[in-house]
Amino acid sequence: MGGLQKKKFERGSAANYITRNKARRKLQLSLPDFRRLCILKGIYPHEPKHKKKVNKGSTAARTFYLLKDIRFLLHEPIVGKFRDYKVFVRRLKKAYGKTEWSAVERLRENKPTYKLDHIIKERYPSFIDALRDIDDALCMCFLFSTFARTGKCHVQTIQLCRRLTVEWMNYVITSSALRKVFISIKGIYYQAEVMGQLITWVVPYQFSHDHPTDVDYRVMATFTELYTTLLGFVNFRLYHSLNLIYPPKMDSKVEMDQMEDDDYAMTSESNSEKLSALSASLARAVSSAEEEEAELDQFPVEGEDIEQMEAKEKEQKQQKLFKGLKFFLNREAPRESLAFVIRCFGGEVSWDKSLCIGSTYEVTDETITHHIADRPNIEKQYINRYYIQPQWVYDCVNAKMLLPVEDYFLGVNLPPHLSPFVEEKEGDYVPPEKLKIMALQRGEKPANEEEEEDEEEGEEEEEEEGDEEEEEEEDEEEEAEEKNLKMMEEQRSQGKSLQVKVTPGKVKAENSARLEEEEKAEEKRLAIMMMKKKEKYLYDKIMFGKKRKVREANKLAAKRKAHDDAEKSKKKKAKK
Amino acid sequence: MEESSKRSEQRKEMEKERKKGEKKRRKEEEEEEEEILIFNHKSAEKEKEDEDLSDSEDSVFSGLEDSGSDSEDDDDDDEDLKVDQNLSQQVKKEEEDVQSSLKKKDEEEEVKRDEYEHDSSDEEDIRNTVGNIPMEWYKDFPHIGYDLDGKKIYKPIRNKDELDDFLDKMENPDYWRTVQDKQTGSDVVLSDEQVELVKRLQRGQFGDVNFNEYQPQVEFFTQEVMLHPVTNRPADKRSFIPSLLEKDKVSKLVHAIKMGWIKPRRDSRDDSRGRYYDLWASEDTSNLARHRMHLPAPKIPLPGHHESYNPPPEYLFTDEERALWEQQDPVDRKFPFVPRSFSSLRLVPAFPRFIHERFERCLDLYLCPRQRKMRVNVNPEDLIPKLPKPKDLQPFPTTQSLVYRGHSGLVRSISVSPSGQWLASGSDDGSVRFWEICSSRCLKTVQVGGAVKSVAWNPNPSVCLLAVALDSAVLILSPALADRQVVLSSDRLLSAPQEAEPIEGDGLVNWSDTEGEELNQGIRLKIQHPKAVQQVAWHTKGDYLASVMPDHSSHLQVLIHQVSRRRSQNPFRKNKGLVQSVSFHPIRPYFFVATQRSVRIYNLVKQDLTKKLHANSKWISSMAVHPGGDHVICGSYDCKLSWFDLDLSTKPYRMLRHHRKAVRSVAYHRLYPLFASAADDGSIIVCHGTVYNDLLQNPLIVPVKVLRGHVITHELGVLDVTFHPTQPWIFSSGADATIRLFT
Repeated sequence: MGGLQKKKFERGSAANYITRNKARRKLQLSLPDFRRLCILKGIYPHEPKHKKKVNKGSTAARTFYLLKDIRFLLHEPIVGKFRDYKVFVRRLKKAYGKTEWSAVERLRENKPTYKLDHIIKERYPSFIDALRDIDDALCMCFLFSTFARTGKCHVQTIQLCRRLTVEWMNYVITSSALRKVFISIKGIYYQAEVMGQLITWVVPYQFSHDHPTDVDYRVMATFTELYTTLLGFVNFRLYHSLNLIYPPKMDSKVEMDQMEDDDYAMTSESNSEKLSALSASLARAVSSAEEEEAELDQFPVEGEDIEQMEAKEKEQKQQKLFKGLKFFLNREAPRESLAFVIRCFGGEVSWDKSLCIGSTYEVTDETITHHIADRPNIEKQYINRYYIQPQWVYDCVNAKMLLPVEDYFLGVNLPPHLSPFVEEKEGDYVPPEKLKIMALQRGEKPANEEEEEDEEEGEEEEEEEGDEEEEEEEDEEEEAEEKNLKMMEEQRSQGKSLQVKVTPGKVKAENSARLEEEEKAEEKRLAIMMMKKKEKYLYDKIMFGKKRKVREANKLAAKRKAHDDAEKSKKKKAKK
Repeated sequence: MEESSKRSEQRKEMEKERKKGEKKRRKEEEEEEEEILIFNHKSAEKEKEDEDLSDSEDSVFSGLEDSGSDSEDDDDDDEDLKVDQNLSQQVKKEEEDVQSSLKKKDEEEEVKRDEYEHDSSDEEDIRNTVGNIPMEWYKDFPHIGYDLDGKKIYKPIRNKDELDDFLDKMENPDYWRTVQDKQTGSDVVLSDEQVELVKRLQRGQFGDVNFNEYQPQVEFFTQEVMLHPVTNRPADKRSFIPSLLEKDKVSKLVHAIKMGWIKPRRDSRDDSRGRYYDLWASEDTSNLARHRMHLPAPKIPLPGHHESYNPPPEYLFTDEERALWEQQDPVDRKFPFVPRSFSSLRLVPAFPRFIHERFERCLDLYLCPRQRKMRVNVNPEDLIPKLPKPKDLQPFPTTQSLVYRGHSGLVRSISVSPSGQWLASGSDDGSVRFWEICSSRCLKTVQVGGAVKSVAWNPNPSVCLLAVALDSAVLILSPALADRQVVLSSDRLLSAPQEAEPIEGDGLVNWSDTEGEELNQGIRLKIQHPKAVQQVAWHTKGDYLASVMPDHSSHLQVLIHQVSRRRSQNPFRKNKGLVQSVSFHPIRPYFFVATQRSVRIYNLVKQDLTKKLHANSKWISSMAVHPGGDHVICGSYDCKLSWFDLDLSTKPYRMLRHHRKAVRSVAYHRLYPLFASAADDGSIIVCHGTVYNDLLQNPLIVPVKVLRGHVITHELGVLDVTFHPTQPWIFSSGADATIRLFT
């Protein structure tokens, strides 16, 4: 045969992967620096298919990176900057040790910095890529902007995060890109559609954080470093796409009106604060009046396009949901969130002057249509406006229509707040509130509640009568019914919901049908017996999942029913 | 470093010199000590000088640096420092003064008084010589110390009590200005001047009356340029010529700047405003491989109704669910939070794990390996194999039609007569019963006196005999349930003359005719075995009978008897495992032996092993041979049924796991393509198994019916199953002491 003897682990998958420590040694970086580099460059470990082969026969748990990735990192200019920083730290320490303060100062001034522009460009070659990945950046920036300015991270970072998030919110307002809002126990979720990309972010509630000890803030800070850069560039691009001036400025007319307030603080500071108040529109590079009036020409369209057009129209309708409505926020309502949402949908909003800068009108304004308050009662109420709780705004946005105000009056038990992100498929459990909203959206008018209740009661009575009749047969057909129930469950699991009812007149006909069904079921059972082991396993798994889903839906429905019954009995007792 | 090395070198040299000196000393012992001393002194001096030198070098360098930095950067700081130094120097001086004075006090007694004439601190000592000690040491003594000669100095006699003191206070006009001198213990009346001084000091004024606190300040240096120099000293030369040191320093800095070691100061103003620009202005569509291979991180799943601050009531946890949630491991929980409901938005608190969640997301982003997983959306219906419908495969038994009751113990074994009219069953209650199949009537009961393990009807239709295995005996019964002809022929077979005594198995097996009561019952022959017999099996011709005596340790497990000649033989010389069941090939001279894990097929003519089938099961319970003889099925206690195609392989063609519990018995139908298996879960599964003559076509196996009816007693379900020889009927016997017929 001849030839060189083949050595193990020199080709194939073993040569394609590299362990983390080896990679670190190859890059000559310390572990924290390596971590930072990986975060900035978006390099993540890979799980080899044959771990033992890659691990050269050992089964120890190791993290593997692709060798190609590490080679790619070798050429990164930032690595050089990391080394510079190391030298800088060493020099600074030395200067401190020698108490050469002038040297310390000099070194401090020349602290090596690096820019992440090229990395952003490299990681997101097109703008859409960047937009697609901006969810995490937004979440992180919103979180950091709520941090107190002590410890944990640099004040500049916090300020920068705040600035960027305010810019983002202003953009969303101007482009009215917001689609869904959800108040969860974690925070408020927002979903916006920017350039066709759905972007979701969560904003924590405005409380000081109880900083956990088991969180490595260095990692978070590195991510934030990257994210702020990314968000800044994205904001710049977005602002320019709307012909807005990028470091955002207030519209000059508005500014003229508010010149009186300028004694409040330094101009630059007040400017940024006014921006964050979200109450004023932004200055445009090109005057806005012409642009708004220019409408799209209508072209005759066919078939599918009509649907798209309809969807577009709906969207536009949603964008002008609060148009012409004037809101006033009481001081206990979450101002920033509400102002953001209302302004996104074309409403006007104001608040008490002492609450925050940027209020546009007073409580006494006659034209206010909605007064949002989050307290059981307000003493002094004006006649020509609705006093509602904040949930109304969010529910309206999610329902894409103005919901009846009555359920949201002060002191009223609020209807449940549903997640707009859940899209029920067939066979899933749909809470009755959602059904109600869907009916409203379809344009059906809700029947009077009392009538509904009466109807329900009537139905129940009927059902009871029916039950009595059926009871006689039940003994005979108990077994059969059980089977039938099982069948129903199966069918439900297949996505159909059959309403099989046993009526006394059609016993025979049903029996034959049932026989047939039974036969079929048995056939299926027998066929299942003949499945191969692998397929059987897969089949069982799928069926288990489906059954579990059905079970969960049933459980929810049962729970709801129990709850409703309890409520009803309570009401009855109260009546008596 | 260099200096230190120099120093060490010098030291080494010094030591060398010292050593030399010592050597010299040894040589010149006559020399006087003084010289040596001088020598040592010299060396010490030298050392000192060296050190001084090095120090001076150091200081020169440091001074240079200092001066340079002073001139360059921050004058103010240094000035402050200087001031500080001055201050500290002053303080030091003062401290030194105090110390020296103290020392002097200590030494005062040794030194002449004249020296301290002007020292005010010593004036007290003129009056009193006890020294500077705390006076309370002598509080309880009559004296206050000792004089120079060691004699006690007594306190002035004071015997004033409170009353005297009071009277003194009342009467003495000078009482207020009387103070006690602690040093001497005597009262002193202050003079007017002294009182004045005290008052002034109390007011915070200078003690001296004539001292003017507000003297006009004389400025030494003024901003006005004076006509004459302050000093008359001519200017130094160094003020005229450029400093070499400074030049050196500057050139060094210039060099450092040139080489890029020192960078010019950056403008420190915030450049954040101009930091961002249109990064994607030149949208190059370079689609690198890197980007194609990139896996974007999956987005965080969106929240459902559970997470709402005011969810519908059904999404809230009940107490049980909450308890369960708390018990569960955080990893196993379906939600990482407990759904909660708040009546209004202002009551919603901060979420305590918000930062944790963000941090975990960060960790996921940079630590988790990403993998593209192809998830195929399989329709479960497609996974079910397409089989011919059972309807098309009829006939097969579908319903239970008859139940044969009568046994009181579990029925171990059943057998159908070749005519298809009679059914024999053996039970643990020690009886063999004969049933008429169509009427389910028990025609005959034979008490055999022991639990019956196995019954087998002679397959030869011209005789009517039944083999029964119980304990360690095999009985041949002639139930006389047939034509006269048949009964006669069977009698003839049994009463065949004993020509010669069997050669093999001589002492093992004992053939004996029965007499009396047993004969009346129909028991004709008794073959006594050395061990307990488990199973009997007839050859198709009906002359040979095999019996199984399972035993781990012996090679005597299977015996083949020839009924007509009353001969027995042990075909195997070696023990190849525990024999479970045996069977004859229906056509050819082959013999099947099922051991625990495998089935061996022996050629009876050639007397050798032809094949060994490996059933992939732990413990074979039963075996059946297809009437064609080319297929074998084996049931096993680990719920499996394996179908062997003898032409295909020694491995099972198909493993069927239809049963939930141990398979007890399997059977083939003689005519129809049916086979059945019975198990401890009380079910009998009838399968269609078509065998093709074409070797290329595999047998078609389709389960067609699951039959239930037997009640599970003592964890045992169906024990034996057998087909009717001509009809598509199946009999089963169970642990519930019944036999059932399914048609």
